[in-house]
Amino acid sequence: MPRFGMVIDTRKCVGCMDCVVACQTENDVPAGYCRDWITTEVRGEFPALKMEIRSERCNHCDNPPCVSCCPTGASHVADPGRVVLVTANKCIGCKACIAACPYDARFVHPKGYVDKCTFCHHRTKDGLDPACVAVCPTHCMAFGDLDDPASTVSTLLRTRAHHALLPEAGTKPRIFYLT
Amino acid sequence: MLETTITRSNPLVDPSLAVWSWEIPVYLFAGGIVAGMMILGGLAMLRIAKGDDPRTFFSLHTPLFAFMLINVGMGALFLDLAHKLYVWRVYLTFQPDSPMSWGSWVLLVVYGALMASALVRLPQAWPWLGRRVPVLQTLSDAITGSPGRMRLLGWANILLGAGLGIYTGILLNTMVARPLWNTGLLGPLFLVSGLSAGAAAMHVASVFLPRRPAPEGMLGGAISALVQQLGPEPPERRTVDTLIRADIAFLAIELVLLGLVVVNLQTSSASHAVAAALIVSGPYAWAFWGVIVALGILAPLALQWLELDHRIPHTVLPALLVLVGGFALRWVMVNAGQASHIVHAAGL
Repeated sequence: MPRFGMVIDTRKCVGCMDCVVACQTENDVPAGYCRDWITTEVRGEFPALKMEIRSERCNHCDNPPCVSCCPTGASHVADPGRVVLVTANKCIGCKACIAACPYDARFVHPKGYVDKCTFCHHRTKDGLDPACVAVCPTHCMAFGDLDDPASTVSTLLRTRAHHALLPEAGTKPRIFYLT
Repeated sequence: MLETTITRSNPLVDPSLAVWSWEIPVYLFAGGIVAGMMILGGLAMLRIAKGDDPRTFFSLHTPLFAFMLINVGMGALFLDLAHKLYVWRVYLTFQPDSPMSWGSWVLLVVYGALMASALVRLPQAWPWLGRRVPVLQTLSDAITGSPGRMRLLGWANILLGAGLGIYTGILLNTMVARPLWNTGLLGPLFLVSGLSAGAAAMHVASVFLPRRPAPEGMLGGAISALVQQLGPEPPERRTVDTLIRADIAFLAIELVLLGLVVVNLQTSSASHAVAAALIVSGPYAWAFWGVIVALGILAPLALQWLELDHRIPHTVLPALLVLVGGFALRWVMVNAGQASHIVHAAGL
């Protein structure tokens, strides 16, 4: 079974938020909420400043704390791709998973269940890219099987310097940022 | 310098996590008091099984009180759920990695133990109920008439109470994303705080409740029993003194554990030190030092010490302060814990 992951080139990302809008449209995300977002970090002291723009979302961690804390099994790991999903009619809305996520990637949907990025599971199981990846105008995002050495994501991770978010949390995130 | 801008603005998540409001602190506080009462009541049962006079153990009245309190806690927990109609899903599965799943199932056993324990004092507490439902009287006699059964129930109360008390801390403790909760001392701290609050709640109940007449009649008795479950006999003076002595010990241990939690966090990683600063010198410092430490621990410690020394008259004030401090502890830990997060090394 594949292990889906995402690689995002921060040197190409311009923070246009096309990925955010595409996700909201594709997944019917309620107004005022988002499953993905743009983070801009500026480091250093003027004039020696460095900026990194990142498109962020659920990291579909290999060791997901949101899954282990869920009392009903609503938060679960699903194939294809070992992605982390939430079954709405199993979720009781206890919000433990929201508190457990170091990336603050989850939220309470207005209908009461917890919602988050699914890597567009309805698309990826048919071999399509997630909506955010498909619409990116700078092609800064790549999606694929991290366990396949020939995939684009594996090739990029072998050849380019990269980092993940909060690796110290021990969650083994599967979104990587090229630097 | 690190400047971060995030376009995300999800309700209850941004600008800082606030998914749990007053309901969870109330649930943890009620659970803590019940845990404390179960342990104290269980200890009393062990003494009675050895042949001590049951009338001297006021804590035997507490299972009825604890049963009502656990319902208050569970009610608060239910109110917190965002997808309430699906709450039954918890009991269709067991998730061994989820503390909340463990807690849900353990609470069922706690309910059973509390109901069985309530039968111990049924003849004195709810005489009308024993007359109307004779099987309850029979069960009560079966428990109180056998030291072995009493001992078994006592140990069940102690073990379940300890489990419940520690669980209220473990529930938060396992969330790696919130550094303020990442200390193994949180479980013992909540357990001892629960013991202290349990003793204080019994102290308060011993002062107020026995002065009223015992409930009678079917409907009126049932309604009045909900608020007056302890019967007409006031506890003996030495029982109240024992509760005060126990509370002094619990408060002293709680103070030490609270200090260790702070030291534990401050000497851990940068994220944990930043989290500790939230309660020690940050926005929650007033509640931590002022309400939890000064009003909730130091003041009742001093007052109860002076009471036992006969320098000031006995009042219910220290017990009320302990209860205020116990709730404040849960409120601060839940709210400051949500505000804590893993800190980027570059942001330091």
